[in-house]
Amino acid sequence: MSCPSKHVEAPNEEPQQALTGRAFWRSLDELSQTPQFQEALHREYPRGASEWHDDVSRRNFLKLMSASLALAGVYGCARPEEQIVPYVIPPENQLPGKPLYYATAFPLGGYGLGVLAEQHMGRPTKIEGNPDHPASLGATDVHAQASVLSLYDPAHPETPKEAGEIRTWTRFFEVLRKELDAKKQTAGAGFRILTETVTSPTLISQIQALLKQFPQAKWHHYEPINFEGARAGAIAAFGRPVNTIYRFDKAQRILSLDSDFLMVGPASVRYNSDYAHTRRVRSGTGFQPVSSDPKEKDHGQDARAAMSRMYAVQSTPTITATMADHRWPMRAGEVEGFARAVLAQVQGEPVDHPLAAQIALIVADLKEHQGRSVVVPGEYQPVVVHAIAHALNAALGAVGQTVVYTEPIEVHESGQLESIRALVKDMDAGQVDMLLVLGSNPVFTAPADLKFREAYGKVRLRIQQSLYYDETSFHSHWHVPESHYLETWSDIRAFDGTVTIIQPLIQALHQSRSPHELLAFMLGFPDVSAREIIREAWRSRAPAGDFETFWMRALEKGVVENTAAPVVNVTLQPEAVAPARNEPSQSGAAAAGYEVIFRPDPAVWDGRFANNGWLQEFPRPLTKLTWDNVAIMSVRTAVQLGLTQSIEEPASANEQLVRLTYAGNSVEAPVWVMAGHPDNSVTVLLGGGREVATPVGKGVGFNGYRIRPSTAMWFGQGLEVEKLGRRYPLACTQPHQMLEGRDHLRVHTLEEFRNIAGTPQTPHTVPEPAHGKTVHLSFYPDRPEPDEWLVGTHQWGMAIDQNVCTGCSACVLACQAENNIPIVGKDQVLNGREMHWLRIDTYYRGESTNPEGPYFQPMLCQHCEKAPCEIVCPVEATSHSVEGINEMTYNRCIGTRYCSNNCPYKVRRFNFLQYAEISTPILQLVHNPDVTVRQRGVMEKCTYCIQRINTTRREIKTLRGDAVDAPQSVKAEVQARVDALMDTLQTACQQACPTEAIVFGDIMYEYANGQPMAVTRLKTEPHNYGVLTELNTNPRTTYLARLTNPNPAIGGPKDTSAEKRTAHDAARG
Amino acid sequence: MASHHPHTPPVASREVLAFQAERAADPTKQILGPGHDFHSVTEKISGIVLTRHTGRGWIIGFGISLLLMLVLLYSIVVLLAVGVGVWGINVPVAWGFAIVNFVWWIGIGHAGTLISAILLLLRQEWRTSINRFAEAMTLFAVASAGIFPLLHVGRPWLAYWLFPYPNTMGLWPQFRSPLVWDVFAVSTYGTISLLFWYVGLIPDFATMRDRAVRPILKMVYGGLSMGWRGSALHWHRYEMAYLLLAGLATPLVISVHTVVSLDFAVSVVPGWHVTIFPPYFVAGAIFSGFAMVLTLTIPLRKAYGLEDFITTRHLDNMAKIVLATGLIVAYGYIMEIYMGFYSTNKYEVGMLMNRFKGPYWMGYVALIVCNIATPQLLWSRTIRQWPLVLFLISIVVNIGMWLERFVIVITSLHRDYLPSSWGMYYPTIYDWGLYLGSLGLFFCLLFLFIRVLPMISVFEMRELVSRTKGKPVHVDGHGGGEPVGTLASAPSRAEETR
Repeated sequence: MSCPSKHVEAPNEEPQQALTGRAFWRSLDELSQTPQFQEALHREYPRGASEWHDDVSRRNFLKLMSASLALAGVYGCARPEEQIVPYVIPPENQLPGKPLYYATAFPLGGYGLGVLAEQHMGRPTKIEGNPDHPASLGATDVHAQASVLSLYDPAHPETPKEAGEIRTWTRFFEVLRKELDAKKQTAGAGFRILTETVTSPTLISQIQALLKQFPQAKWHHYEPINFEGARAGAIAAFGRPVNTIYRFDKAQRILSLDSDFLMVGPASVRYNSDYAHTRRVRSGTGFQPVSSDPKEKDHGQDARAAMSRMYAVQSTPTITATMADHRWPMRAGEVEGFARAVLAQVQGEPVDHPLAAQIALIVADLKEHQGRSVVVPGEYQPVVVHAIAHALNAALGAVGQTVVYTEPIEVHESGQLESIRALVKDMDAGQVDMLLVLGSNPVFTAPADLKFREAYGKVRLRIQQSLYYDETSFHSHWHVPESHYLETWSDIRAFDGTVTIIQPLIQALHQSRSPHELLAFMLGFPDVSAREIIREAWRSRAPAGDFETFWMRALEKGVVENTAAPVVNVTLQPEAVAPARNEPSQSGAAAAGYEVIFRPDPAVWDGRFANNGWLQEFPRPLTKLTWDNVAIMSVRTAVQLGLTQSIEEPASANEQLVRLTYAGNSVEAPVWVMAGHPDNSVTVLLGGGREVATPVGKGVGFNGYRIRPSTAMWFGQGLEVEKLGRRYPLACTQPHQMLEGRDHLRVHTLEEFRNIAGTPQTPHTVPEPAHGKTVHLSFYPDRPEPDEWLVGTHQWGMAIDQNVCTGCSACVLACQAENNIPIVGKDQVLNGREMHWLRIDTYYRGESTNPEGPYFQPMLCQHCEKAPCEIVCPVEATSHSVEGINEMTYNRCIGTRYCSNNCPYKVRRFNFLQYAEISTPILQLVHNPDVTVRQRGVMEKCTYCIQRINTTRREIKTLRGDAVDAPQSVKAEVQARVDALMDTLQTACQQACPTEAIVFGDIMYEYANGQPMAVTRLKTEPHNYGVLTELNTNPRTTYLARLTNPNPAIGGPKDTSAEKRTAHDAARG
Repeated sequence: MASHHPHTPPVASREVLAFQAERAADPTKQILGPGHDFHSVTEKISGIVLTRHTGRGWIIGFGISLLLMLVLLYSIVVLLAVGVGVWGINVPVAWGFAIVNFVWWIGIGHAGTLISAILLLLRQEWRTSINRFAEAMTLFAVASAGIFPLLHVGRPWLAYWLFPYPNTMGLWPQFRSPLVWDVFAVSTYGTISLLFWYVGLIPDFATMRDRAVRPILKMVYGGLSMGWRGSALHWHRYEMAYLLLAGLATPLVISVHTVVSLDFAVSVVPGWHVTIFPPYFVAGAIFSGFAMVLTLTIPLRKAYGLEDFITTRHLDNMAKIVLATGLIVAYGYIMEIYMGFYSTNKYEVGMLMNRFKGPYWMGYVALIVCNIATPQLLWSRTIRQWPLVLFLISIVVNIGMWLERFVIVITSLHRDYLPSSWGMYYPTIYDWGLYLGSLGLFFCLLFLFIRVLPMISVFEMRELVSRTKGKPVHVDGHGGGEPVGTLASAPSRAEETR
């Protein structure tokens, strides 16, 4: 597989071509390109003077232009305007209507997630996971799904800009060349490069080469959401940086110390899959023996086998802690004390902690599973917690089993905070003359106390390359556009070091370049394309043998083989945790005021996705908020602050504005109250409040970075909170998160499940016979009717295993991308008009003051066999297919909305206004051509991805049709291929799901070996149930109950809050 | 007239005598003021249209209505240009004011049909002086109601797909949907109401034609009267046709609101899926319809000095119907609550508790106060015959019945099965614009009606004169009864059609 696009350079923009043109008109000196002449030439145009406003130079410019046109005219003067010409001879591999998939990688935070990008006739439309990639295993996360929208953002900068004015790359390169030549004289003194986290081998080698050319120059790196605690913790524990990889698929007992491994970090998609593997239980009475192979689709483990158990302490509620069987909310600063107590318990020392009793039980449980248990420190916890976790894992025999240490992936020798501190210090001291910012947006994201913007202003020449024109661009002299990852070549490492070659799906839409090209220019290779750079870099790294074979194989698979970081053996340094233990714990010194916790927003992350409408409107997994970031606190804290009258009315505290003052800076933020948040603590989500952004992202939310100092990157004590008495509307897609005593979401303990495990259900949820005899409860016939003509049709169905659904919500965005679902904006969400076909309902159980949960329930069209929506539509716009799909005929819909009223699941979505983007041509490119773009006034809903079903059905029909008269042996082969086709048919949500919680298929289908599909097996599980089946809807989508595996000695999660309060009082008292 | 068919035997005269005697004793039982003869009745009623100058009150009233109608037009233009998203509807509350207003207006229409058709068949002669007016009200209410289902759909330009017509798509409407039943019920109802009203107007058009002075008016009224000459044959056929139309309209009174109630009852939504809805909706419709007749009649009789024709007895009778149907509605509410709790169905109980204690509880309380508590005042005869108080009560009932539809539509939808989908509904200015605008349309039509058409049936009043005076109506000897009381002048045949 090769790149479909040809990177066409625009050669007239290259300085050399321009010079050739000038030579004819001016002097032979120029032709000779002597440095003296160049010097003189550049002096003629002092930096900053605008040619357009200067008569003389404009005349010169025009002369030069005409010269270029005359002599270098073969290249044209701009990117050629392309005319659409039908394919008389179609290009290879392109079959209209058939998408192509290319393996590439989605970069976030410097790490790659291997993906397969779907391309329709030259335009990428959808991102799928790459099953061959270790971080993906075929699944994706929300950011990868949404990345395709960013590609087509009409607000992308189209050209380089100098102080906001449009410039050509030629001009930029001229300036840069002159500056670099000057820097050569001083060996690069005063020249600095600032990047984000970089794992790209080629980019690293380019930077290192540059540093060799400019020995005095320095490379700084800073990522606002970094994992410095892990790095420093490893150094503390082992005396050297290592990369820690957890093997959750082998872990029977997990203790999470405020970790959110299911949502954050480069391995989170993989960890979802691994963790789900230990949680997926089956009754063992299915049709096939229960398999333990994680690759085997949805067999799960036997209920008789043990299900894993997770203990979690959490500061901010996370989806990881939500999946835990026991959890204790505590302030982020108290986690350290808890970790010390656990270590003390493991080492048999006296434990002085309010949760000592529980800790004893946890440790006993962990020790009982020696080698199969693991302690996971929080990504945002300080060094000491990481060091303690390493010590605990060593003590529990986890190393080499559930924890693997490898060589570090990041090569920078200093920590990020340290690095940016040094940079700011040098900038303040006037030692930085020229700063090149690659990708990063430090003006917005740097710690507040460093006053990065002021220091940046002292740099003589500030150049930034980034995807968007952002705050840093605004304060830079030059901004040059960076190519989107789907537009250019690069390479990147995954969490375990595995390299993926990033290959583009489309030629750059604007005049953007990759950082590789920029660095190549600086290294003196002005004419090299990104593809050549990457290829040449890998030519030297490739193993012996044919390079082309290696290259093609790497591109095809999406991974470069044998590039995973080697496992290292480390020994715990005995003194690693000792000094830490002697320091007073932060929780002990609970200062006046509240604790502040900083976390990235789950959708807009550190702010970089603020311009992405899909992500802005993505309901955050736990709060279900869209379009804004918030300050989260517990209801008791809200009462204490006077934001609400009593803990009975938590909702009245929501949307209240408060002024948060920390370390001398303050910011106004809207409050959101969450169950499970520790008291006296406020979580500030970062990423909102962008000031220089596109209309989508500008001014959404508040800027938490304003109060984030370098001394408390993740949490700190002494926050002041002031009630302002004003409100700020927040668009929440699910304001009611209580189950209200209803049972449409079922939760059992593992013990309960074992008791019912011997009684499989019939695949269909049949209403119970009334009064001892079977009564036909409906006016309408059963579907499918047992007619002969239905034989041989498909009968589609879905089963959703709530037990492994972690609420990560990748499915929500996968559905949005696949089905051309529009975004509607904050005002419309406030009015309950969000359009997501698939939503993840989040419910708490029990009393509202002390709830249990949340539990997740993906909710989409249930494709009821007796659908209430169908009979009320006056124009038959929604009807039932013979394959059991509740179909929506958009063209026939007149929009009475009766179907939505009569849908008990409320999964129908209505185009109240013209939501679909039809006026901006470039945004139409993102649409899936197989799915209709809906008009206003039309109802829409989940179709089980009917377009994918149709494709598969067509292929199967063709296969079978071709083999009608074939001999038996051929028919058997055809059957095998049909089996394979049925296996590859996945809905978009299913394909994105990292835990394989969503299983779709033909509930009547039998493989060649007589076995039913996985979905059918799931529907026979004893904990399979249909939502609201008492309404006699016979949904085709059914759910597997959520199971919990609490430690019987500790008791249910219900009690933890009371314990927590005691713990808290003790800690404060 | 059925009650006074040319061949009616004079047997009734004794009863009439007794009735007349009783009526003379109690002015509140009279259905026609004293001292009226054929001429004065004709003069009085047609004079409002033909001779009187356009009054200032009429101009002001019509002006306000016209302004409101402009609001309607503006709201419709915005709605069509932008989409139903200009309203406050959402998911879960996908139906809002449009449906509330639709049901409310249709309900109001019912009183007219009930008065014209059912009371005609039941020979309630007191209906005569209000039926024309009530029929017009029905027609205009149906017109106001009719705009809502059309505008309410997401793509109104395709609303004709609701009708079964031969088309290239080979598609019929989906006959299992109550909305299709609605289309038939409401369009039939509108058609029959229009016919009934127009047929009832024909003899009066002839009177207007004969009395009009300006030629253009003569032509217009002449055309509308379809060549009515008042011959015996005309009367014979006319009365048969009118009777048949009354027979046709009668089941519609029951069926239309039954079908409208099925829009809700057929669904699975708690609070909608209620078997008592059909009778309870019909009773509610009559309840609100009579309240609206009262609301309109009381100021009109005052303004045009029609106290002789629309007497206290009329008001008293209508108030009694309001009270009776109000009690049926109250029974419906009680049964709804009882069945909800009796079922122990958690969704039904949840729905009821949400009505009592949910965010819209004030609407529910106001509804109970308006529809159950307030009409109890009508047990008192003093209040029933006190126009001002009756007027206020009728307004309260109108509001109450609007609230009832609001409670049914909104509070049932906004919290149904899955708490994840619970939401709120807040009407926007376009919701209010359309509602107030539909009032504007209604009153505009009504003002035009009272200005250009006889608002009280002239020929039926003349019959009433003859009945109540016991005077033979027709000089050709048909009709019967001895003359009772004095009569200024015997009507001539010519006068009868004048």
